[in-house]
Amino acid sequence: MSMDEPSDALPVDEPVLVSAAEPSTEPPPTPAPARKPAREVIYRHTLAVRLTHWINLFCITLLLMSGLQIFNAHPRLYWGQYGADADKAFIEMMATGSDMDHLSGVTTIAGHAFKTTGVLGASPGADHTLIPRGFPRWATLPSFQDLALGRRWHFALAWLFVLNGLAYLGFGLRNRHFSRDLAPTRQQIRPSHILKDIWDHMRLKHPRGEEAKSYNVLQKLTYLVVIFVLLPAMVLTGLTMSPGFDAVVPWLLDLFGGRQSARTIHFISANLIVLFVLVHVVEVFLAGVVNEIRSMITGRYVVPPEIHP
Amino acid sequence: MTGVKWPRPALSLHDFSRRGLITAGTLAVGGLALGGCDKLSQSPGFVNTLDAAEGLTMGAQRLLLSARPLAREFQAKDISPVFKPNGSTMPSDDDYQAALANGFHDWSLKVDGLVNRPLNISMAQLKSMPSRTQITRHDCVEGWSAIAGWTGVQLGRVLHAAGLRPNARYVVFHCADDLEPSLDGSGRYYESLDLVDAFHPQTILAYAMNGQTLDVPHGAPIRLRVERQLGYKQAKYVMRIEVVDRFDKIGSGKGGFWEDRGYEWYAGI
Repeated sequence: MSMDEPSDALPVDEPVLVSAAEPSTEPPPTPAPARKPAREVIYRHTLAVRLTHWINLFCITLLLMSGLQIFNAHPRLYWGQYGADADKAFIEMMATGSDMDHLSGVTTIAGHAFKTTGVLGASPGADHTLIPRGFPRWATLPSFQDLALGRRWHFALAWLFVLNGLAYLGFGLRNRHFSRDLAPTRQQIRPSHILKDIWDHMRLKHPRGEEAKSYNVLQKLTYLVVIFVLLPAMVLTGLTMSPGFDAVVPWLLDLFGGRQSARTIHFISANLIVLFVLVHVVEVFLAGVVNEIRSMITGRYVVPPEIHP
Repeated sequence: MTGVKWPRPALSLHDFSRRGLITAGTLAVGGLALGGCDKLSQSPGFVNTLDAAEGLTMGAQRLLLSARPLAREFQAKDISPVFKPNGSTMPSDDDYQAALANGFHDWSLKVDGLVNRPLNISMAQLKSMPSRTQITRHDCVEGWSAIAGWTGVQLGRVLHAAGLRPNARYVVFHCADDLEPSLDGSGRYYESLDLVDAFHPQTILAYAMNGQTLDVPHGAPIRLRVERQLGYKQAKYVMRIEVVDRFDKIGSGKGGFWEDRGYEWYAGI
């Protein structure tokens, strides 16, 4: 078996080189004898990262779905301190039609109307006929319209999400996960390197060998934006919608430009997180789905070997 | 730092079955979780588990609100051009209709229950008490908000006038409107507060909105304003204030019309 084989090939009973728990600070492992090439396995994700990752996935999935349930109670978004039916909406999902048997779903974004029948505005109900609904049944928790239940799910999971996030931040600071694994290196933030990384991503080319042991610069920046911008923005805009919390921390209203702006930013941030997850999952598949998922379950990651011409 | 040594090769034939198990397991758990959420949502036991979060939220907010900060008050220029009347807009109750026809001149607010001096307060008496005006944001549980100015008497003043008995714990607001038509009266609107919110300076019995006498769609003759909580706590058409030690025997026992229909009693979020 040679080093050139794709990482999916599974050698049996071959010697395995295992390098350190901290991939990026470790010197390259001793090369194996040429006759018997070794697979290099590194310990890529700490237990804390793995656990908080999956709890986070669980929370975000159910928070998203219960959040869409809550959104459906008033599928209009505004900018400013106030906003209700008579005020100008900046995103709106509604059902139009002469009667309930002839509904169409219309989504309006900044004055531009799109026909979204079947998905947004009007979608099949329990009996498969179209009913007015912001987001469809398959996207909401519970599937049927029930704001009270959606709120119960949302706020229960929000606690778990926040506690899990704080645990992640605590572990990350303690074992220097952020500075070691997520902060781009001086070399990585050179414009030429960033451009090359963008070009590599466009060609769907993934790093191999030594380079694959640490995150690439686009990956690092994306994770940092998600961890330190999008997820905190979700929590803070969520809290800004709470009339009780507003009395405690009124400056949140100034930070986000009002409760209705906060609701809009909450919605946009949630969409950006969905976009991140989609790209993240596509990248996992491109980079080797088994190796990537296993590394997030067991921590062990097989370094894709360098391809020698 | 030395490497972590694994007792066996990182990959072996066993991984085929193991990875299959992991994949199948993940998909099964995910599918069950999402498909099962509706089932869980309909199981009272599970919903009670979710309710634990309400206690956590209320505890956390009460802790943070212990210095009794005020909800933000806005300026006249911030008032919403249209304040959507929500819920009932015209109670059909005979007594209410009679009082309305008479311009609420003979109407009075009853204050009873666990008080030393049960009261009947006329509109004239209410308006002669010191008033408070506050321009605040009304947040509907559905997600929309509207800003309006409210003038009324602080609930705390009314409760002091009546004098609370030592076992008083909650203040229940009985309203004139049947939001859900019913034969047994179970659709009658009501709300409740504990004494922390009842004695908050911004908790008022409002008889005027944006400088005008409160109109019927917005709750004439008086409505409750309890800023820092959601719209459904702001009971309209308040006819009677009852001070109680517990509310589990009132309505369906959850402390309010919407609470009886699954919404949180503590509506600070």
